[in-house]
Amino acid sequence: MNTLFEKFDQISKSPAAQLSAYKAQGKKAIGVLPYYAPEELVYAAGMVPFGMWGSNKKTISRAKEYCATFYCTIAQLAVEMLLDGTMDGLDGVITPTICDTLRPMSQNIRVSMSDKMPVIFLAHPQNRFDLNGLTFTVSQYTNIRKKLEEIAGKPITDDDIRAAIKVYNACHVQQRRFVKLAGEHPDVVTAVRRSAVLKAGWFMLKDEYCAMLKELNDKIEALPACDWPGTKVVVSGIIFDNPILLQIFDDYKIAIVADDVAHESRTFKTDIPDDADPMMALAKQFANRDHDVLLYDPQSSKNRRAEFVAQLVKDSGADGLVLFMQQFCDPEEMEYPYLKKELDAQGIPHIKLGIDQQMRDFGQARTALQAFADVLAVG
Amino acid sequence: MCLRKEYIMAKEVSPGVKALRQVVEDVYAEAREAKKQGKPVGWSSSKFPCELAAAFDLNVCYPENQAAGIAANRDGEIMCQAAEDLAFDNDICGYARISLAYAAGKRAAKKLDPETLEYVINPETEKPYTELVDINEIWAMPEGEEKEKRLAAIKPYRQMQMPMPDFVLCCNNICNCMTKWYENIARMHDIPLVMIDIPYNNTVEVDDTYVAYIRGQFDKAIEQLEKISGKKFDEKKFEDACANANRTAKAWLKVCDYLQYKPAPMSGFDLFNHMADVVTARGRLAAAEAFELLATELEENVKTGKSTLPFPEQYRVMFEGIPCWPKLPALFRPLKKNGVNVTAVVYAPAFGFVYNGMDEMVRAYCKAPNSVCIEQGVDWREGICRDNKVDGVLVHYNRSCKPWSGYMAEMQRRFTADLGIPCAGFDGDQADPRNFNEAQYETRVQGLVEAMEANRLAKE
Repeated sequence: MNTLFEKFDQISKSPAAQLSAYKAQGKKAIGVLPYYAPEELVYAAGMVPFGMWGSNKKTISRAKEYCATFYCTIAQLAVEMLLDGTMDGLDGVITPTICDTLRPMSQNIRVSMSDKMPVIFLAHPQNRFDLNGLTFTVSQYTNIRKKLEEIAGKPITDDDIRAAIKVYNACHVQQRRFVKLAGEHPDVVTAVRRSAVLKAGWFMLKDEYCAMLKELNDKIEALPACDWPGTKVVVSGIIFDNPILLQIFDDYKIAIVADDVAHESRTFKTDIPDDADPMMALAKQFANRDHDVLLYDPQSSKNRRAEFVAQLVKDSGADGLVLFMQQFCDPEEMEYPYLKKELDAQGIPHIKLGIDQQMRDFGQARTALQAFADVLAVG
Repeated sequence: MCLRKEYIMAKEVSPGVKALRQVVEDVYAEAREAKKQGKPVGWSSSKFPCELAAAFDLNVCYPENQAAGIAANRDGEIMCQAAEDLAFDNDICGYARISLAYAAGKRAAKKLDPETLEYVINPETEKPYTELVDINEIWAMPEGEEKEKRLAAIKPYRQMQMPMPDFVLCCNNICNCMTKWYENIARMHDIPLVMIDIPYNNTVEVDDTYVAYIRGQFDKAIEQLEKISGKKFDEKKFEDACANANRTAKAWLKVCDYLQYKPAPMSGFDLFNHMADVVTARGRLAAAEAFELLATELEENVKTGKSTLPFPEQYRVMFEGIPCWPKLPALFRPLKKNGVNVTAVVYAPAFGFVYNGMDEMVRAYCKAPNSVCIEQGVDWREGICRDNKVDGVLVHYNRSCKPWSGYMAEMQRRFTADLGIPCAGFDGDQADPRNFNEAQYETRVQGLVEAMEANRLAKE
């Protein structure tokens, strides 16, 4: 089991090496920015989708030529890594535009990468549920499919997509299983390890990842039940992958029993449904995505997302919720007051910690998390 | 050097400007009256297709215009802080924060002494201090003198007296922030939300798939509006509103085009004030007529050499972005000192929705400043820079507006490369005065003036 954890850890820490290894196999790779790009199409084209969620190691420098300071570091660091050559191995990049930062970033990336690689644009619809919305999603995904075919130099058949859908759905099952098992065995699956395992999935072909993850899950499942002496929480936010922050969780025995994190469960909680047309199946998956800070809720007069998160805390047996507020992320910020309201109403303790990927001093976060763990332990 | 004319400062408010002010005043007054009569009143994003609501005779107010007005009335900070106290982060758009605080019942009021119920006067200004109150708490008070005085203490200007919403109309062509902003309002008031989603566009042409998707949403919106209003869709009223909106847009563009004259017959800052009309009333005949009247006045100014600019025009610039409403005098001061007139604003093309028929209308609404690709954005701006003969560009990096400010650095490079004009950027905010630094702004304007001067000398 430790060997597997080490493998995941290695992959999550060195996406550049991972990219080089795939390139050495003669494979092409496509960068995929957040959120909800249909990376199944990349897989179906026989290429490697490569998640681009910023970096905890880089410093924003060249991206300043394009971005003012008040943009989330995930987007700024994506631009940084494209400009500084880190991502030169990519054969293309997909730029979704579902938040206000990603809109102009799609333009900055297209302009700055014009000599380097194709930039594939994606605009998701918000009124995504009825045939009208689904048709628009399909049209957007069809554009992506065509661009990917050009890069791959071969057509992507419907059967290729069907096969990719199977792989991705199977992978979702293992990812969700892992999240559950990690919550049941925090003594073995530490917060640091949990994050590494989930993060590695963004830099691997999903069939390979799924096989490795299944092997790990089987091993964890065979472990004796864990009598956890610490506290249990649900984490929420856009991304939560900083090893130093994660180590604080382990230091204070704060177990992550479930998550509402964009980089983690929000991505794989919704399966791709059955449909004779595989493109429509992908569109329906997007339509079915729900309880999300980025997506329009037609029942907006209700407080469904907050109720969903509160229920997640209850169902997972957590003692409270830790919200990592990504700096300058207005979708998260806009949903916070009503999330807070619901958590307070249900008597669920929570803490909100501001983070970004340029964070280098964790003293405040450490103190806050320690205090929160103490409060939960007493409660 | 630009042509110098004898400037006669037009101090009095012209009939055209008066008419424009009245139109906006009427929009708010009619909404207040409708509310009194128990009719549904909506809140709408500024680039929601107003023609749809007009087809049902629905009264609609515009939170963006409201927030700009509140900010210009110096209450932006207290309302932004009120939203922050409700747990909305201070990174969120200032308009959204002001609007959400207002929707939650927060109001800026003249400070009352709780004992005497007399105003507490600030000795420096000799006016009452401002305090934050909650209208819901006041409404819940028993009838009587205190309740009356507390209601009367709420600032009387129209934006602080806007009726609460019974439905919301959201179109996210401007930004995605709008979606969650309006969802929050719908949640606070438990009211229906009509959502027209216009996805971001990567090409200058609007693809047919966009038109089909948005047209489909119009049909759905009409069904929702029928339920809200209890009326059937009135084709004739819709067509009238479309005709008015086109006429307003054309008259607005005509007014904006007077800035092409050198020297200009008006201050470009005037357009910032007149924007209220294109935002709140473009589907009204009165708005079209008021702009047409203003156009005749500007025509006269051109003939007589008059201008509303209170100083001789030495330089002409494009002002990029939304103005810092709480700091208009501070924005204007260094421009006046250096003889700089704003002769181009992006709002000119941004609100010039001219169309013929429903499909063209859809395409027009796809062309909001923050929903278009960089090539379209540059093309608009360079077009007005050329036509309006600007010497430089002043770029507002607006903390409130991520989609707008997010590609300005690249645009600045293009303006300089394509037009050979200098650009200067400054940090500010459309509504939160805490994000504007006057000293930095003055320095940047000074730098721009020096660069424009050097450019001019080099050309001579």
